[in-house]
Amino acid sequence: MSAPLVHVRDLEVRFVTRDATVHAVNGVSFDLAERESLCILGESGSGKSVTLRALMGLNPPRRTKLSGTVRVGGHDILAASERRLADIRGGTVSMIFQEPMTALDPVFTIGRQIAETVMRHEGLSRASADARALELLELVQIPSAKRRLAAYPHELSGGLRQRAMIAIALSCRPKLLLADEPTTALDATVQIQILLLLRRLQQEMGMGVIFVTHDLGVAGEIADRVAVMYAGKFIEEGPVRSLMRAPLHPYAQGLLGATVHSGMRGERLTTIPGAPPNLERVPKGCAFAPRCALVEEACLPAVPTFRSPFPGHAARCVRVRDAA
Amino acid sequence: MLLYLIRRVLYAVPIALAVGLVCFMLVQIAPGDPINAIVPADAPQEVVEQVRRDYGLDKPLPVQFGLWLGRVVQGDLGRSLATGRPVTADLVPAVANTLTLALVAAGIGFVLGTLLGTVAAVFRGSLLDKAAVGLAAAGVSVPHYWLGMVMVVLFSVTLNWLPAMGAGPGGSGAWAWDWAHAQFLVLPAVTLSVIPMGIVTRTVRGVVMELLNQDFVTTLRGKGLRRGGIALHVVKNAAPSVLAVMGLQLGYLMGGSILVETVFSWPGTGFLLNSAIFQRDLPVLQGTILVLAIFFVALNLVVDLVQTALDPRIRRA
Repeated sequence: MSAPLVHVRDLEVRFVTRDATVHAVNGVSFDLAERESLCILGESGSGKSVTLRALMGLNPPRRTKLSGTVRVGGHDILAASERRLADIRGGTVSMIFQEPMTALDPVFTIGRQIAETVMRHEGLSRASADARALELLELVQIPSAKRRLAAYPHELSGGLRQRAMIAIALSCRPKLLLADEPTTALDATVQIQILLLLRRLQQEMGMGVIFVTHDLGVAGEIADRVAVMYAGKFIEEGPVRSLMRAPLHPYAQGLLGATVHSGMRGERLTTIPGAPPNLERVPKGCAFAPRCALVEEACLPAVPTFRSPFPGHAARCVRVRDAA
Repeated sequence: MLLYLIRRVLYAVPIALAVGLVCFMLVQIAPGDPINAIVPADAPQEVVEQVRRDYGLDKPLPVQFGLWLGRVVQGDLGRSLATGRPVTADLVPAVANTLTLALVAAGIGFVLGTLLGTVAAVFRGSLLDKAAVGLAAAGVSVPHYWLGMVMVVLFSVTLNWLPAMGAGPGGSGAWAWDWAHAQFLVLPAVTLSVIPMGIVTRTVRGVVMELLNQDFVTTLRGKGLRRGGIALHVVKNAAPSVLAVMGLQLGYLMGGSILVETVFSWPGTGFLLNSAIFQRDLPVLQGTILVLAIFFVALNLVVDLVQTALDPRIRRA
């Protein structure tokens, strides 16, 4: 049996400042096989971006306290030195960010920003790195790629900037691509193009992909599996079809109920009342209980364990029947 | 780029003209009749009128300004009322001396300020950061003429390590790059460097701190760049704003060293201005202020051009 590409067990991330400790991630466990794509769904502050960044040790080093196990491509991320991490980042695992305008250096050309990554990891000469940069811009389907090499980020449209960002992320053929809301900052029409591009590239290059988003449409488009995150925990995990059609956890049901999809003209959108808990204190029971319409006695004393009614689909809710 | 350069230089011309007008008017507005400084108080009225005509002080102001400007453009700044020598004869060596002093002081201040500011930003919140911020605040707050006098007392009078005044052995104004002359430069240059050091420290600290919090730095870390690679990006991003502050500071050093030059008897423009003011020597005053102001305009032009070269977001259209 080969080891999975990503192996995460009991990951906890805390941000410590003088005033408070924020428990951003509270025990996340999952595996990702090679070529598999996982989508982490959740609202702002649920800890999804922090989880993603923990996979490549990108959270601010001085304030972040990590515990648990994170292995990516055989590397122990939590034990690795900053030097070692720098070799892994961009080579084995790389990341696409939400806002390509601020995630790219404004005073360096696109070509230079791609080439420096290639030079850093593969030790190519400047000339061959530039040639690779051109290939990459063509790979992500940027028109008149040659001219765009010399362009600065502000000279490109949002969609082209995000393509350039993808080109940087793919420049050293990573085994794992992390995408932090890669389409949130883009126009609706451009979002679809970027998603299709990412799906095609994932298949062609055989990468594992982990997506973070709050957009259910994105999740349905690209993911094999979906995990729903709330207050720093996975509360439901399952194959994309099964989870989208029949979510188990009341929070996941609420998330789907609050989304517009076709064939619901005239129906009211349901919303989830209340706000997510303050993560300065970790709730003892189910974190969603205060907002849950179906809350009962059993929800409060301890965090519910995963219950799985069908193989591969599980949720942390006492109301879910456990078949196993 | 060449077209942009030419246009920026042309833009500077009206500014220089306005500067000239202000210089000219400043002297006209100042109370007191300069004639009184030339002729004895008991001179007969005809003599006073004669002198007034000789210096062209009887013509209407716009005509005086036109005549003055015409001569200035040809490099003739008039003659000193006090000594009768051409203004340029005293002004050129004074400007050279001030420039030497300002450049050395700027060099010390900018290098130290950049180092301190960078260290403070990288280790923000640490003891090093607090020390750098404290040093910067002290540098900006201490009156530099007072600091100059303290340094003279300490290093010249008590320790007898460095000369207290002048710009060379035997009181000569001629500058040369050897230790005999350079030792005269140490105290005034260090004194002058303290303010730009403080201001550059604060600027660099602020700019670098803000840059290190930018998303693109996370991207750079995510690409696997090491410290050196990230530093390159931070430097190029920080350069335009830091250079703007440095340019301004160099300008202040050129014009603002009057007190320090007086404390150290440094034969520069500040020293020249000081004596011109006390002697009501209008042509010298005018000429010196004009040259310093033009320097400021030129410096701003250079900073603008460098910024444009470094930051592609500043439009070159």
